[in-house]
Amino acid sequence: MAEAHPVGFQWVMEAKARGAKIIHVDPRFTRTSAVAHTHAALRAGSDIAFLGGLIKYVLDHEFDFREYVLAYTNAAAILREDFRDTEDLDGVFSGYDPENKQYDVSTWAYEGVDTLPAAGSGEAELPGEQHHGGEGHQSAARAESYGSGGAAVGGKPHLDETLQHPRCVYQVLKRHFSRYTPEVVADVCGVPVRQFLEIAEAVTKNSGRERTTAWVYSVGWTHHTVGAQYIRAASILQTLLGNIGRPGGGILALRGHASIQGSTDIPTLFNILPGYLPMPHAHQHFGLDDYVATDAGATGFWGNMNSYMVSLLKAYWGDAAQPHNDFRFGHLPRLTGEHGTYATVRNQIEGTCKGYFLVGENPAVGSANGKMQRLGLANLDWLVVRDLQMIESATFWKDGPEIETGELASTEIGTEVFFLPAAAHTEKDGSFTNTQRLLQWHHKAVEPPGEARSDLWFYYHLGRLIREKLAGSTDPRDLPVQELTWSYPTEGPLDEPSADSVLAEINGHGPEGPLSAYTQLKADGSTSCGCWIYCGVRAGGHNHAANRKPGSEQDWVASEWAWAWPANRRILYNRASADPAGNPWSERKKYVYWDEEQGRWAGPDVADFEVTKRPDYVPPAGAKAQDALGGADPFIMQTDGRAWLYVPAGLADGPLPTHYEPFESPVDNALYGQPDNPARQTLITPSNPYNPARSTAFPYVFTTYRLTEHHTAGGMSRTLPYLAELQPEFFCEVSPELAAERGLENGGWATIVSARTAIEARVLVTARMKPLKVRGRTIHQVGLPYHWGPNGLSRGDAANDLLGVVLDPNVHIQESKAATCDIVPGRRPRGPALLDFVQEYRRRADG
Amino acid sequence: MAEYGEQPRMGFFTDTSVCIGCKACEVACKEWNEVPGGGLDLLGTSYDNTGDLGANAWRHVAFVEQPVPPAPPAVELGMPTVGAPTQDGDAEEPGVRWLMSSDVCKHCTHAGCLDVCPTGALFRTEFGTVVVQQDICNGCGYCVPACPYGVIERRESDGRAFKCTLCYDRLGAGLEPACAKACPTDSIQFGVLDELRERADERVRDLRGSGVPEARLYGRDPDDGVGGDGAFFLLLDEPEVYGFPPDPVVPTQHLPQMWKRAGAAALGVAGTLVVSFLGRRR
Repeated sequence: MAEAHPVGFQWVMEAKARGAKIIHVDPRFTRTSAVAHTHAALRAGSDIAFLGGLIKYVLDHEFDFREYVLAYTNAAAILREDFRDTEDLDGVFSGYDPENKQYDVSTWAYEGVDTLPAAGSGEAELPGEQHHGGEGHQSAARAESYGSGGAAVGGKPHLDETLQHPRCVYQVLKRHFSRYTPEVVADVCGVPVRQFLEIAEAVTKNSGRERTTAWVYSVGWTHHTVGAQYIRAASILQTLLGNIGRPGGGILALRGHASIQGSTDIPTLFNILPGYLPMPHAHQHFGLDDYVATDAGATGFWGNMNSYMVSLLKAYWGDAAQPHNDFRFGHLPRLTGEHGTYATVRNQIEGTCKGYFLVGENPAVGSANGKMQRLGLANLDWLVVRDLQMIESATFWKDGPEIETGELASTEIGTEVFFLPAAAHTEKDGSFTNTQRLLQWHHKAVEPPGEARSDLWFYYHLGRLIREKLAGSTDPRDLPVQELTWSYPTEGPLDEPSADSVLAEINGHGPEGPLSAYTQLKADGSTSCGCWIYCGVRAGGHNHAANRKPGSEQDWVASEWAWAWPANRRILYNRASADPAGNPWSERKKYVYWDEEQGRWAGPDVADFEVTKRPDYVPPAGAKAQDALGGADPFIMQTDGRAWLYVPAGLADGPLPTHYEPFESPVDNALYGQPDNPARQTLITPSNPYNPARSTAFPYVFTTYRLTEHHTAGGMSRTLPYLAELQPEFFCEVSPELAAERGLENGGWATIVSARTAIEARVLVTARMKPLKVRGRTIHQVGLPYHWGPNGLSRGDAANDLLGVVLDPNVHIQESKAATCDIVPGRRPRGPALLDFVQEYRRRADG
Repeated sequence: MAEYGEQPRMGFFTDTSVCIGCKACEVACKEWNEVPGGGLDLLGTSYDNTGDLGANAWRHVAFVEQPVPPAPPAVELGMPTVGAPTQDGDAEEPGVRWLMSSDVCKHCTHAGCLDVCPTGALFRTEFGTVVVQQDICNGCGYCVPACPYGVIERRESDGRAFKCTLCYDRLGAGLEPACAKACPTDSIQFGVLDELRERADERVRDLRGSGVPEARLYGRDPDDGVGGDGAFFLLLDEPEVYGFPPDPVVPTQHLPQMWKRAGAAALGVAGTLVVSFLGRRR
């Protein structure tokens, strides 16, 4: 965190100064480790074993916060009789289809309760555009749509409040994690037993009525074939310990860069619409009613999905959206399958994707398997790159690595590249939404230089021009564009659209003017709202995102600094900070509580609950939406109002996290016969060969990461003298032991090889990299910061070129944090010799 | 030291125990003061590619990697443990410590650079800081060897001497120096020197009381060889480990005595001459 989020890390240092214990778990010893109380070096890709060990420790010693667990989680829910755990099936759950490498998830449900079809793409291998329709897509792309609550389940489960029923979640959990002993953690992760126990003790002693523990993670947890399950494992631990919905608790996702949270709220993802509404599917959602019926939970706040969706359609199509035409639901694009970034690259290579916009993204350096990315870009008709600098993704056609090896020739690349300089955040108005869901407004300080323009300017004027061109069209397919609401006032010398007017559209309005809360949204077309979770940011016509009252001038929750979605709530599910009767769990951790005299929930934050719903409210039979949740059901976005220790629906690869080895691992799975995630997605194409697991040709683990000095793929840092000089060249980090084993010298050169390619890096030999004892062997890890590419002032080979593309089946993220490689001293071969060099490795690995 | 009117002496307290090595101080300093970018050399010394303070590096973050002895047995767990007590050898493995420290001009009470400057380009400001006036500096370079810390340096491309000004221009406008402003963890603290010294004393007491016995202050003592630094540090090891001289002495410390002796010698010579002339007259 100190490494990649140094500014946010000031709060950790402040907590430390106030007595907090800081524990850092990371394959390498970083700037964070340097100031933490404890650093546990674990093998990249083994975190579920580590977290599973903690879960077992909590369950074995009954350190769970029992009152919280009983009242607020699904620990007591009873599962179906035909559910089989990984304990029964040697590492797979019931419902696995080995032929298609995917799960039928029906047996994972609660007893007597139906669930929706599975999440995830349901495809073991990434589909290309040629696979239109069909059964395989029935369950496509659902998991990300649960960004604000779990999947809908059809009713409330049977409960055994004694937690003794052998099929209740609590007992299933105990059995599932029974193998995750401290010795297994040591054997799988390389974390010594004593250190593991020290951490387990610290975490459990610091949780309960009086204390809370927070977990903070970043892409080191998500970039795995089991990435979503890493987070699930942390969720189980935090829920058992009562660390959700309470001050000082939580699981905090540090995002990859500024406003990534914002770009999932108002998404740049293919499968969701603003506010985590699912993108409709071509073969499932023929009309608005179909869509709402499949996806809305009947109970919980998602029961109001119809209002959120209709208000969004009103924001898109205004007066053209009317009840008789389904509010123009038919105008929305439809999914036909998985259209994630890697599926799109594959379609580029296969020639079915012909045009591409790259906006502030440099996949030629920043995405896994850079060669695949560049081959895709080289096979387009046109490419638009909007960036601050001339990045590698705009120049691959003249100086990319494939030009050097002869795999591509500039004269034969047909892609027409349009480079359009972009304005920086200081050169435009707008907002950032970061990990804490806080919308923070920034004001333009200067006009952008030269031809640089803001993204808002670009899209507004592009849309305006397209609409002008289509104005006379009678082709019905142009209607969605013709009918769009596209009138934003422009200002200044560059005709910049008003960002404030966009925020007003997002906030939404009704007959009375600007809306102040999403609870005002209606399904009858009388309200319009561009993103229901952002509704209220401009309540009263005031831009609350621009609020900047200093912390010293308000209470500790600081509600007047910017605006947090939803409803300016700083801690989600904060009803859980009080006991079922509505009283604080302890005076020390008092937050939101029931004030009997006032007849409402009180406290320094906005209650994440209907403010006058009594703690003893019991829903009447047949109640819908939030009315179906009781007064002691804090998790209001869930259909059952409870936190899920076990996930009966919504995940593609299991209802519980299970330790699987990375797809490319040097060792077998210590826990099961099943080595890796059986539902992971591979991408079979010639430019994406894989290292065989446990291959002696690729004996080392490598992991990629960031340095404080550089920003993501380097476009914003390698080009600036003051930043470039701080880390002037690509380097790898190795332990003194690995350096001795391979003859590597500090300051010298090393060549790192995978089945994809070989790259060269300067060598830093450091005791901060530690050989780990795993499965009775010494495992060496090679550390590779991924910021470099051939352009800019500070240059080097791209670490991501080493990576293959293999994906998590829920969210289609690549496994870039753990793979295998070889490392040898000296520089890599040049030109076509590089291909021969890598080919020889592949031959050895396969032979 | 004499103060300028009501203006107390200002300085830096750099608490290296909370430094996270982000180098924001280096960048903020260069941005504000328009210091030229340096070279693109990978030095192979941990994450330090700046190397040293100089004409083009007025802040420099040192990165020191140290082996540390194996951790002492953790506090009594008080928990039943399961199975084998520990993994092989885990108790004996040495750990590693990574010290980070942002160095800067010390703005000495007795500043050698200022003492030897023949043009008056180096002067003591109303804030008690030592600043080069670039329009007066003639590039003679006398100040360079006069600094006991090796801070001030002539810029090759220019010839004149450059170093930290403690953001004299910002101070005049009521702002704190750029490095302190940018520091996310308050490792670099700017303020009234006397107050900083008190704060630092308290911080050392706290750290020593909480299991960091090696915490110490460097440059805080007004009786040291430079009369105390206007920019002083809290360190977690010997000064040499961070690249600081252990016992800096301003080279001009003995100048008055030297002049006295030189004067006495000169008088002696003159006297002898007079005597010899007198003798000749006889």
